[in-house]
Amino acid sequence: MTDLPNVIETEALTRRFGDFVAVNSISFQVKAGEIFGFLGANGAGKTTAMRILCGLLSPTSGKARVAGYDVYTESESIKQQIGYMSQKFSLYENLTVRENIRFFGGIYGLSAAEQKRKSDELITRLGLSHEANKLVGSLPIGWRQKISFSTALLHQPKIVFLDEPTGGVDPITRRQFRDMIYETAHSGISIFVTTHYMDEAEYCDRVSIMVDGAIAALDTPDRLKQQFVANSMDSVFLQLARHARRNE
Amino acid sequence: MHNLFILLQKEFRQIFRNPTILRLILMMPIIQLILIPFAADYEIKNISFSVVDLDHSDYARRLVEKMTATGYFRLVEYGTSYAQSLNTIGNSQTDIILTIPAGFERDLVREQQTTIHLAADAVNGVRAGLGTAYAAQIIADFNANIRSEWLTVPQYGQMPRIEVVSSSWYNPYFDYHLFMVPGILAILVTMVGSFMAALNIVAEKEAGTIEQLNVSPLKKHEFILGKLIPFWVLGLISITIGNIVAYTVFGIVPIGSYWTIYIFSAIYLLSVLGIGLLISTFADTQQQATLFSFFFMMVFILMGGLYTPIESMPTWAQWIASFNPPAYFIKVIRAVFIKGSTFTDLLPDFYKMIGFALVFNSLAILNYRKRSA
Repeated sequence: MTDLPNVIETEALTRRFGDFVAVNSISFQVKAGEIFGFLGANGAGKTTAMRILCGLLSPTSGKARVAGYDVYTESESIKQQIGYMSQKFSLYENLTVRENIRFFGGIYGLSAAEQKRKSDELITRLGLSHEANKLVGSLPIGWRQKISFSTALLHQPKIVFLDEPTGGVDPITRRQFRDMIYETAHSGISIFVTTHYMDEAEYCDRVSIMVDGAIAALDTPDRLKQQFVANSMDSVFLQLARHARRNE
Repeated sequence: MHNLFILLQKEFRQIFRNPTILRLILMMPIIQLILIPFAADYEIKNISFSVVDLDHSDYARRLVEKMTATGYFRLVEYGTSYAQSLNTIGNSQTDIILTIPAGFERDLVREQQTTIHLAADAVNGVRAGLGTAYAAQIIADFNANIRSEWLTVPQYGQMPRIEVVSSSWYNPYFDYHLFMVPGILAILVTMVGSFMAALNIVAEKEAGTIEQLNVSPLKKHEFILGKLIPFWVLGLISITIGNIVAYTVFGIVPIGSYWTIYIFSAIYLLSVLGIGLLISTFADTQQQATLFSFFFMMVFILMGGLYTPIESMPTWAQWIASFNPPAYFIKVIRAVFIKGSTFTDLLPDFYKMIGFALVFNSLAILNYRKRSA
């Protein structure tokens, strides 16, 4: 995996809000096709860092390149190359499944014919043929999250950012979600995922754990467990997060 | 163009799927136009009055009869104690006390002059003001009648008299509806434009879907146009419904042309949409947007000349009103409806509205950020 190009590179990336340093000089790289777990307690700075990389928030200092583009000057070029699934629910509840898929495909520049082909294909793949013309608001949250994730992939981005994608989702759906993430990574798309669930951290290629705005540890789950003499990621996380000064 | 089309398609779908918005767009013009002009009337009627008659003469009775005969006044008390009538005012049972002094008739005949006293409950200033003005006019009329009766007696015939004859242009019968209906139409357009557009954008902020658009390559101007155009169309629909109601319910058609009204509506809508957009960039929740819009609407309506003429405001208030877009639109739409003003007559207002549209939309565009600082 070492020979693959980097799709995200940050160096001493920092974001302040007044006196508060939300993201404190973080540096890391994410490779093509990698599943990169971004862990941390609430308020550790995960979402802020992710928002900077997606071009939703300006950094205060440091460097960052996403898909080869600079976050300061080329944030609009980054946007064509990334998919994003926010913590908040990101589909239109009063549009049908099909309309949502076609709409998001459309604003990424898919032609009407492509929109139709891709939405049909996606609906079949997700097994939602019967729900295709139902309003998204009427579907259970697990389904919405699957649609949301697939929608974020329609324009074939290089990286997909997932901000706590499985919050409030049942265990079966979380498992299906994990399979979808694996499948996506195999096709060469990098996954940048924040999560609270330590069992989800286990399936990431590499995991970074943020404590108080800084990266406290970054490695593969196996090596982290060795390093902290732990048998699960849960235990690794607790050892690190225990020293956090910021709480919720 | 491709992206704008996709956005518009989505926006119209959502609007037509939202029965509340559709009902609002349809019902608001109908209900407001029917309700307000009929209910909120400038004419003050049924003014209750008490008479304190200390004279008990024939003239005193004739004066009271004349007051009640006009239909504006309703006699609630006929007594001889001013203190008691003051009590009646205190209980809000009467609006005006007319005190006829002892020796009223005698003085009128012998001294050729006398004084009567009017006291009004000024808690409602408009009612008190108009009530005393009506009463004073009736008394003056009464006075003139008496003089003309005496005219036959030669020694009183030398009194010179000036009679003022007035003619009211454009609205000869002071038809209140003709005045209010176009004004309410203007307010309607303002509500649809500013309020609904602001709420719509803020609703996307609340739902989190705006974030999804902000991480997309969608351009800022595409997003803004995608939001403005649907409400621009809805605004024009709402004014059309308003025009239909004005014609069918009140029989009001503009003396000027509908074209002038639509051209001005189209431009005016752009400026109020700009205001709505600006509000949406400041507000994070629909609650905030509602409060912002409410504040603006109050200023718009009260300083817009809908109820009180701008010309009679103090100079500083007139200065503020000159920055109030609805003031121009209310003026224009009334001029077209009542006076038949043409587009060329109203050209200065047209330029000002274009100015407003440019200013508000530029501010909104500057303030709208895909990426927060």
